[in-house]
Amino acid sequence: MSTTAGAVTDASGADEVANGLLLTFSHFVEELRAAGVPVSTTEVLDATEALRHLPVEDRAALKAGMAAALVKQEGHWRAFDTLFELFFSLRARLAGMEDTEGAGVEGGGGPDDARPLTQSELAQMALEALLNGDERLMAAVARAAVERYAGMEPGRPVGGSYYVFKTLRQLEAEALLSRLLAQAQETGGLEGLTQADEYRRRLAQLRAEVEGEVHRRLVEDRGAEAVARATRRPLPEDVDFMHLGKEELAALQRTIQPLARKLAVQMARKRRRGHQGRLDFRATVRRSLSTGGVLVDPRFKAPRRSKPELWVLADISGSVAAFARFTLQLVYALSSQFSRTRAWAFIDGVDEVTDLLRGADDMGAAVHSINTQADVIWTEGHSDYGHALSEFVGRWGRELTSRTTVLVLGDARNNYHPPQAWAVAGMAQRARNIWWLNPEPRAYWDTGDSVLAQYGVHCTGVDECRNLRQLRHFVEQLP
Amino acid sequence: MARMSTTGAPGTRFESPEAVKDALGGVGYLADTSIASVVFLGDRLGKPVLVEGPAGTGKTQLAKSVAEMTGARLVRLQCYEGLDESKALYEWNYKKQLLRIQAEQVASEDESWDELEQDIFSEPFLMARPLLEAIRATDPVVLLVDEVDRVEVETEALLLEVLSDYQVSVPEMGTVRATQVPLVFLTSNNTRELSEALKRRCLFLHIDYPTLEREREIVLARVPGIRAALADQIVRTVALIRGLELKKAPSVSETLDWARTLLLLGVSELDAASATATLQVLLKHKTDIERASRQLAAAPS
Repeated sequence: MSTTAGAVTDASGADEVANGLLLTFSHFVEELRAAGVPVSTTEVLDATEALRHLPVEDRAALKAGMAAALVKQEGHWRAFDTLFELFFSLRARLAGMEDTEGAGVEGGGGPDDARPLTQSELAQMALEALLNGDERLMAAVARAAVERYAGMEPGRPVGGSYYVFKTLRQLEAEALLSRLLAQAQETGGLEGLTQADEYRRRLAQLRAEVEGEVHRRLVEDRGAEAVARATRRPLPEDVDFMHLGKEELAALQRTIQPLARKLAVQMARKRRRGHQGRLDFRATVRRSLSTGGVLVDPRFKAPRRSKPELWVLADISGSVAAFARFTLQLVYALSSQFSRTRAWAFIDGVDEVTDLLRGADDMGAAVHSINTQADVIWTEGHSDYGHALSEFVGRWGRELTSRTTVLVLGDARNNYHPPQAWAVAGMAQRARNIWWLNPEPRAYWDTGDSVLAQYGVHCTGVDECRNLRQLRHFVEQLP
Repeated sequence: MARMSTTGAPGTRFESPEAVKDALGGVGYLADTSIASVVFLGDRLGKPVLVEGPAGTGKTQLAKSVAEMTGARLVRLQCYEGLDESKALYEWNYKKQLLRIQAEQVASEDESWDELEQDIFSEPFLMARPLLEAIRATDPVVLLVDEVDRVEVETEALLLEVLSDYQVSVPEMGTVRATQVPLVFLTSNNTRELSEALKRRCLFLHIDYPTLEREREIVLARVPGIRAALADQIVRTVALIRGLELKKAPSVSETLDWARTLLLLGVSELDAASATATLQVLLKHKTDIERASRQLAAAPS
C-alpha cells in the first residue's frame, strides 16, 4: 500500500482540497482491492493523473474517467459503482465539491420539508415517479421514504439491505407496480407492453435510489470504510455456484453465454492453429517458372482439418441441484454456440438430451423438457455414476472417436455403489480428451462416497469448478 | 522510464469532456458522458482506449468519428486469427530485394556484399503495415485496432511495444519512434479475455446498449424524416425485445435499420402487427424472431 500512498502524495499539489480528495482516493483504492478488483500500481497512477485533468465539478465525468483507469472488466463495474458512491457521493462536500446531484432535489419535486409527508401522500408521489420516470422526483421519494420507513438506528454494523427491504415493503412498492401493470394492461397493444416493461425498469431504479439513500445515511453514521466492508459482496466470478441467488443466477445466465462462446472458439481455434502446412515443393517450383526459376513465392500445403466434437455429460441429481442448474446453462449455451456438441444428462440412468436442448427456445423450456422427458432414472433416482457411465459406454461408447472431447460435470458422489471405473478408462481410450469438472471444494474430494480419484486417473484433467473464475480459468488453459 | 515521457507530454486536442461530447455530436456521433470522458482522458494521458461491448453499439464508429472530428487520418488494423508481424507491423519486400540482388549481379561485380546488404535493408524495401504506418505518420492519425480479441494471446504481445511506448523496433534498421502521440482505439467483442498486460496499458471503456433517451436521439439524428413519436415507440419496443432472452439482442445499427424500414413502409404508428411483420430486420435468428413475435402477440388488445 505504501507505493500507492507515495504516488498519491507526489502527484498532488499543496492544495488542501486536492489532498483531501487524494486521501479519500487512496482509501477508495484500498477498498476496491479488498473487494477483489485487481488494481495495479500503474492503474492507480493513471487514475490520479486522470483526477488532475478531469473537471472536479462534473461528477459523472469523474466517475467515468476513474472507472476507465481502474476497472478493466465489465463484471467489476458494480463493485466500483457501489464503492464510488460510498466514497465520493457524501465525501464530495467534505472535499469542497458541490453536490450537484442532490442540490435541486428538495425544490425539484418534493414538497417542503417542514411538514412530514403522510403515508398516502408519499404513496401518491411514488406512483407519480414510477409513472413519469422523473429522476428528481424518484430521488425525493427515496429520501422521504427512507426517512419515514427505514427506522435506521445509528451505530449498528449492518450492510443496509434490511433497511432497503423494510422501506420498500412499507412503501408498498410491489403493490404500486401491480397497479401500474394493470393500467398498462388496459391500455393494451404494443403501447401497453412497452409501458409495462418501463414500469418494471423504473421500479428497479427506485430500488437503486432507496439503496443509495440508505448507504448515504450509513456513511454519514459510520464512515465510508465501515460501510464498504459491511456491503462487500463477492465479485460475480467468485460467487459459488452452489449458493447462487435468484438475481445472481440471472446474471450468470448472461455471463455464461460469452464463456460458452469462448469455449467453442477455443475448440474451433485448435483446428486452425499452424495455419500453414508443410512446404509444397511441386507447387513452389511450378510457381517459380514465372520468375525465371527463382523461388520467389513459396507455396504451402493446406493443413488437414480435423473437426473436433464436444460431448458433455452432466450430473443433474439432487446433491448437485444448484450446480446442475449452472451445468445445464453451460450445456445449453454450448449447444447453441457449437453445432457439434452432444449432451447427456444422468442420475443413475443416462439419456441423450441434445435434441431437447436444441429444440428449446430458452433455458427454462430446456430445463423443463429435460426434467419431464429425459430418461435419467434407472431405479431410485440417487446418483450412481458407475451404472450411468457404464450404460453410457454401452450405448454410445462406439461413437466416440479420436476427435471427441468429453466433458463430465459432477461431484462423483456415488452413494457407495460400485464405481465401475473401467467405463471411464474405456472412454479415455477412444476419446481425444476427458475433462472432469467438480463443483465441490478440492478438500472434500475422495471423502465419504466420493470416488473421484478412481475416475480421475483416466481423465486428461480433473478441475475444481465452483465459480466463474475457475470455469474461465479452465476454458483458457485448454490446450 | 519511457512510459512517463509519453504520459508526461499530454495531448491537448480537447478542452474538456463536454467539448468532446459536443464535437462528436457535430460529426453525428451522440456520445454519453462516459464515452466523452474516456476519449478526453485518452488524449490527455496519451493512452490507448480499449473499447468493449456488445456488437453493433458503435465501437468502431467511435474511432471513425473521433478521426473525423479531429480531421485526422484513420489507420485501421483489422485483427483476425493468424495475424502476424508481417501483416501488423512491417514486412521486407522480399521480391523487390531479390530483383535488386539479381540486378546487381548483372550490372557490376565490384560492389561489396556489405553495401548491398545495407541497401536492401533500407527504407525503399520496407513495406509498412498499419502499426508502423501510424507510428511513422507525420500528419495527425487515429489508429484503430479493430476486434483485437480475434488474435491469439501470443500475437497480442506485438501490440504492447506500440501501445505503451509508441515505437516499433525493426532489427535491421533500429527503432522507429512516433513523432506525435496518436489517438489509439482498440475494440473487442469480448470473445476471450484479453491479457492483463494489454489491459493495463489501456483505458477501459465499456459501451453498452444506450439508454432509451440516447437511443431515441440516435434514431432521430441518423434517420432523417422520422417523427419523434414513432422514434419513441421504436426504441421502447427495442428495449422490450432486448429484455427477452435472445441469442442475439438487437444492436443499435439494427434499431436504425428497423426505423428506416418502418419509415419506408409508411408506418406512422407502430403496433403489434406492423412490428411483428418487420421483425426480421431487427433480429437475425429464427428462434429469436419466433420468441419476440410470441411476446408481441401476447399484447393485450
